[in-house]
Amino acid sequence: MHEWALAESVIKSAVEHAGAQKLKKLKETGVLFGELQGIDREIFSFALEELRAQFPAARDCKFKITVEPAAFRCKACAHEFPLKGLSKTKDEAEFIHFVPEMAHTFLKCPKCKSPDFEIARGRGVSISYLKGEK
Amino acid sequence: MNIDPRPSVIAERLKRVKRVIAVTGWKGGIGKSVTAATLALLLAKKGYKTGLFDLDFAGASGHLVLGAKGLFPKEEKGLEPPVYEGVKFMSVVFFSENKAVPLRGANVSDAIIELLAITQWGELDFLVLDMPPGINDAALDVMRFARGAEVLAVTAPSLLAHDVLERSLELYKKLCVPVLGVLENMSAGTRAKGADAVVRRDPGLERALGRPAALLKTAFAADLARAAAKLGITR
Repeated sequence: MHEWALAESVIKSAVEHAGAQKLKKLKETGVLFGELQGIDREIFSFALEELRAQFPAARDCKFKITVEPAAFRCKACAHEFPLKGLSKTKDEAEFIHFVPEMAHTFLKCPKCKSPDFEIARGRGVSISYLKGEK
Repeated sequence: MNIDPRPSVIAERLKRVKRVIAVTGWKGGIGKSVTAATLALLLAKKGYKTGLFDLDFAGASGHLVLGAKGLFPKEEKGLEPPVYEGVKFMSVVFFSENKAVPLRGANVSDAIIELLAITQWGELDFLVLDMPPGINDAALDVMRFARGAEVLAVTAPSLLAHDVLERSLELYKKLCVPVLGVLENMSAGTRAKGADAVVRRDPGLERALGRPAALLKTAFAADLARAAAKLGITR
């Protein structure tokens, strides 16, 4: 249930940014799930529903979740590669789930085996858009 | 638009922490981690609710000082740090299986923000931060997010350490970060130029590492307890 902490960050951040953009009513928030972190959509959505009561400005907000595929770029050989096909144990996947940067400890470039790669896309949770009434 | 939501909850996670002590040192090998971990043990022994957060990702060693093995945080609306010898302890080693964590600066920063956002410290009198050595984006981020953190600047009796220390103090002044004082570690005597408190070199310290009870009985811990009182950390 560590998803709860991230769900809280999303709803709090959405409400704060809506306020900064002078949106009177927050109608929709786009949430990106980076494939690398492997957030459980069901648990995350359940946490959002539970948190809604604490954030009246987001009471009627729809949270639209999209998964962004992970993409990596090797700093050593410039090879670009996806998450699919990279081997990791169940425990390693769990550690990456908590701290996505652990990818550098457990994953490596499939071409040159370097752990020095960039997570170009699909790392963790972010907000992609906000919609509301001014 | 791409909003990173994590920073919005960091203040919330630290809301019930009364004091944050950032143990810093801009040179490696000056005993920063041993100081941070022993300080946390001393505070817990005095009855303070204490947390220790090892933020030195590349050289995480707080778990070695404490002798903490087989621990893992509990998942409960985030991560609850395991309690070891009365200290709530959080470290990257829980997630790295004690393997190397080869991170570039921006990645360290990202990992620290992630852990600050998901760690539920609860109510604490003290949160001791074992800071990354030097000043880089990770160290600057910690100072930015852990507002109100007070710096305990560790140095060693060396011209090099002292010179680097001077520069670090200048920067903390510019950043408006309060400095509790300068602690000279591995000192030859009880007085040191430019230091507010002194911890003498203790040949018995190495043998006590990894054994909290033995560590608390060292001359190092006794000096550190005196220094903590002198610098206003404890009464």
